[in-house]
Amino acid sequence: MNAQLIFLVLTFAISVLGMAAFVVALIQGQVLVPPSAARSIFSKNEEGNPELDQRTAMSETWKALDQSARTPIVFFFVSSAIWLVIGSILGLLVSLKFNAPDFLGSSSLLTFGKLRPLHLNIVTYGWLSFAALGVSLWLVPRLTRVPLQNTKILFSAGVLWNVGVTLGCLGILFGYSDGLEWLEFWWPVDILLAIAGAMVAIPLFHTIYRSKEEHLYVTMWYTIAALIWFPILFIIANFHPFHSGVEQAIANWWFAHNVLGLWVTPLGLGVIYYLLPKIIGRPIFSYQLSLFGFWGLALFYSQVGMHHLLGGPIPTWIANLSIVMSVGMAIPVVTVAINHHITAYKHLHMLKDSVVLRFIVFGAMSYTVSSLQGSLHALRTFNYITHFTHWTVSHAHLGLYGFTTMVMFGGIYFAFPRLLGRDWKYPQLINLHFWTAAIGIIIYAVALGIGGWLQGEALQNTAGTFEASVLVTLPYLAARSVGGSLMLFSHLLFLFNICFLLWFQKSEGNHE
Amino acid sequence: MNKAYIFVLGGTSTITLSIFLFVLVPRVEVEKINKEGLSAQAPYTELELKGREVYIENGCVYCHSQQVRDPSAGADKAFGWGRASLPSDYIYDKPHLLGTMRTGPDLSNIGSRQPSRDWHHLHFYNPRLLVQWSIMPGFPFLYDVVSSPTQPSPTAVKLPSAEDKWLLPKPEAEALVAYILSLKRDREPFLPSEVKK
Repeated sequence: MNAQLIFLVLTFAISVLGMAAFVVALIQGQVLVPPSAARSIFSKNEEGNPELDQRTAMSETWKALDQSARTPIVFFFVSSAIWLVIGSILGLLVSLKFNAPDFLGSSSLLTFGKLRPLHLNIVTYGWLSFAALGVSLWLVPRLTRVPLQNTKILFSAGVLWNVGVTLGCLGILFGYSDGLEWLEFWWPVDILLAIAGAMVAIPLFHTIYRSKEEHLYVTMWYTIAALIWFPILFIIANFHPFHSGVEQAIANWWFAHNVLGLWVTPLGLGVIYYLLPKIIGRPIFSYQLSLFGFWGLALFYSQVGMHHLLGGPIPTWIANLSIVMSVGMAIPVVTVAINHHITAYKHLHMLKDSVVLRFIVFGAMSYTVSSLQGSLHALRTFNYITHFTHWTVSHAHLGLYGFTTMVMFGGIYFAFPRLLGRDWKYPQLINLHFWTAAIGIIIYAVALGIGGWLQGEALQNTAGTFEASVLVTLPYLAARSVGGSLMLFSHLLFLFNICFLLWFQKSEGNHE
Repeated sequence: MNKAYIFVLGGTSTITLSIFLFVLVPRVEVEKINKEGLSAQAPYTELELKGREVYIENGCVYCHSQQVRDPSAGADKAFGWGRASLPSDYIYDKPHLLGTMRTGPDLSNIGSRQPSRDWHHLHFYNPRLLVQWSIMPGFPFLYDVVSSPTQPSPTAVKLPSAEDKWLLPKPEAEALVAYILSLKRDREPFLPSEVKK
């Protein structure tokens, strides 16, 4: 009881003091940013010149910075692509099992209830975390104008993270699971991941410390915040020995939504904030607006998790708080949307020239749609229909795939040639990757969204049966497998593109 | 010095505030309820806890919720899933298994809704033996199938379709069914002293 009181007082004091310090910094003018800082991503005479998928003469000016952490970043990218392919094969198997429940059903290792958490954990911690960290850290030298520091620590963090994800997956297969959604990995594995996560923060902060840049570009805000948030979240969520029952459910969904909102989302937004203006060659529409987007996200997103438990046995005040915060998320989302879409809108013709830009714009659009969807279905009237249904799965994929995954595809396709000093040999395959992934996720999200909604209506029908809520979803679940197959095909192309550039293609076409 | 500290400071305070609100305060509140000791669940027996492990290991939570909403929020009650859940229904649940998906029905009161042990064994072996439209996976790996003209052991369950075929539940299957049968959250909450078990 005493320890509990200490934690209560401590967290309250830290948050109040932190806010107070923030207000003081605001008054002293340390928070606001000069609009000219939006141009800090351009070197001399670079503004106005697009930087397209293949390297340009302009890329050469960044070469030393781009390649300063070559080994660990390549390791992160290759790891991410391999996990992506494994994760999406599992995802497709899981999807097929809805329409063919006996498919691969005789082995205890291949049962639905094991493959599903494997899929989720592999794509979240294997694919997205690796890819987002890789791209974000690759951008750090460009934004600080200092080579990335402590590259060996970064590489070790990658090794440790790979070991952690592998052991966590074996644990799920062989019955060592914490049993909580999004937190399945067995607790000793969580220690590995927490250490690895903290190790990634070392090169980041060391590089920032060495930087002489007066201003940090918006991408860096998101990267810094994400790397502070993730270790705190992960440690608190995994090591709360006093939790059980409903309070554990609350902490569980507090984490599960924050791992999206405070981990992959800020990293994804950061990458858009860099690549969108960089590829176009023009600064972001309103730099001041990006401040609103960032601080709005920090405040609102950390408190939305309880909309996963509406109608459940949780205190009403906490449910209402999350509803208010979920709706409040519309503020940062709309400001970010204005910023991204207006910047892109003036240069839509460039979508023809840059597949990377297509990935980024697709991601930015998905962020707007899935976030507004999120605010909407946090409202009780909406939530009562969509809760417990495939709608949620559709929404999650629109956010984690349509938004963050597509952005990271773009980021890796942009970074890889600059990292290795080689150009893509088969840009057509990158184009094919974009279209199969984009069409795949659209089929996925639309089909499952409709199926989930109909399922939700059946679950509201007091005159109906539960059977009706199952049968109505079947055609939409089958359509989801079609979308999923396209996505898997696109991931094989992605892995091929990366491996080919890395191992089978000799250095050629140097711009030196 | 550049301004990284603003983001370190702001980021730390927002996350700390959310820890305060979503991790610590609910703990105090729920603990108060738990102290009253009211629960519709009796403490789990050793066998039921083992069955709970099987439930977790096989990921039942990804399709089955164990939380019932008020009639104003859905047809939960009309489907026979019992009264709306209370925080005190979960005081013995660690880890919690509330679940947020209903590909299959809610299981809060499955022990009262379907009290037949044999039904559950057949259903776990192959759900479509009993419920034709079911899309639940079977768990044949929790059973041995033997041929015998008479019941080979007291725990054996006869397969309806095939003649002389019997299901022999493995220990995991027995534990799982014991856990499932213990789920009776449609009862009114009672004090632990009233538990006769």
